[in-house]
Amino acid sequence: MNAALTDWNAARRQIVGNAASIGFAVAMYGVSFGALGTTTGLTIPQTMALSLLMFTGASQFTLVSTLASGGTALTAVIASWLMGTRNAAYSMRMTPILKTSGPGRLVAVQLTIDESTAMGLAQDEDAFEGRASRLAFWATGLSVYLLWNLATFIGAISVSAIGDPKSFGLDAAIAAGLFALVWPQIKSRTDLSVAFGGALIALAFTPLVPPGIPVLAAAMVSIIVGWVTSRRIT
Amino acid sequence: MMWFAVLAGAAGCYALKYVGSVIPAHILEQPTVKRIVLLLPISLLSALVAVQTFASSQELVLDARVPALAAATVALKFKSPFIFVVLIAAATAAALRYFGLAV
Repeated sequence: MNAALTDWNAARRQIVGNAASIGFAVAMYGVSFGALGTTTGLTIPQTMALSLLMFTGASQFTLVSTLASGGTALTAVIASWLMGTRNAAYSMRMTPILKTSGPGRLVAVQLTIDESTAMGLAQDEDAFEGRASRLAFWATGLSVYLLWNLATFIGAISVSAIGDPKSFGLDAAIAAGLFALVWPQIKSRTDLSVAFGGALIALAFTPLVPPGIPVLAAAMVSIIVGWVTSRRIT
Repeated sequence: MMWFAVLAGAAGCYALKYVGSVIPAHILEQPTVKRIVLLLPISLLSALVAVQTFASSQELVLDARVPALAAATVALKFKSPFIFVVLIAAATAAALRYFGLAV
């Protein structure tokens, strides 16, 4: 019993430490997001509302950069939803592990993002009667939530002070930030074709349709390739 | 209009997270749905990178953003941290503009 308790204490310390360092790593993106939000015409409260309420980085970057490139509110919203579909898969995976209900479930749902899910699933599901998985999810989710919002605020208020964002290369920084988000997701030749296909379709549509729509058109590549390749495997 | 985008976007993203916790597992476990969910961020983000690098409203242009993205690509190749990738791109574009080498 004592040995088991010592093991759990050690495991707990390690999980909480990892969760904290993930939070700090994510904070770097948070500062960039806050800066991007306010330079593309959102107010500080609007930028903060995205981090507090939407709380899923890729969707937030998508919404803001679609608006920045001149897209309508509606195309920006749809693009952010499409980007958020993977969170549905994450919460489906986490729900049986977390065993939450009522208000706890509603909070857990909001904290379900790339990082918390990855950390939750990285633990042995049966370790310490599932406590390791649950702690990893909650600690990571809360640490990222706290630091992401703090970082957004810092980014948002610091950029309102600078002048022309282009002279600081902020437009190039947005492109590079999005590129850094997609880079680690490309793991196979199919992923690479989808990436190039999406980029080419978006550019081909750019002169023809209003801003924002080209990015939505690019989503078709994923739908078609996903449909065709899953059929070939089965 | 901005508030509409912020709140509608946030509501939909929360709804997607919530739906995953209540729908029967077999729907999202379907191989086709699973593949598409996995591939959607890749095409969307790549499209955003392309537009953010080469488009100016409805025009395709070559400006300081292109060499900046090339610099970011090199940084990514060397597994640099996110913040470094972003800063190297910003610095490249800012320097080219400052010295009048690109718009």
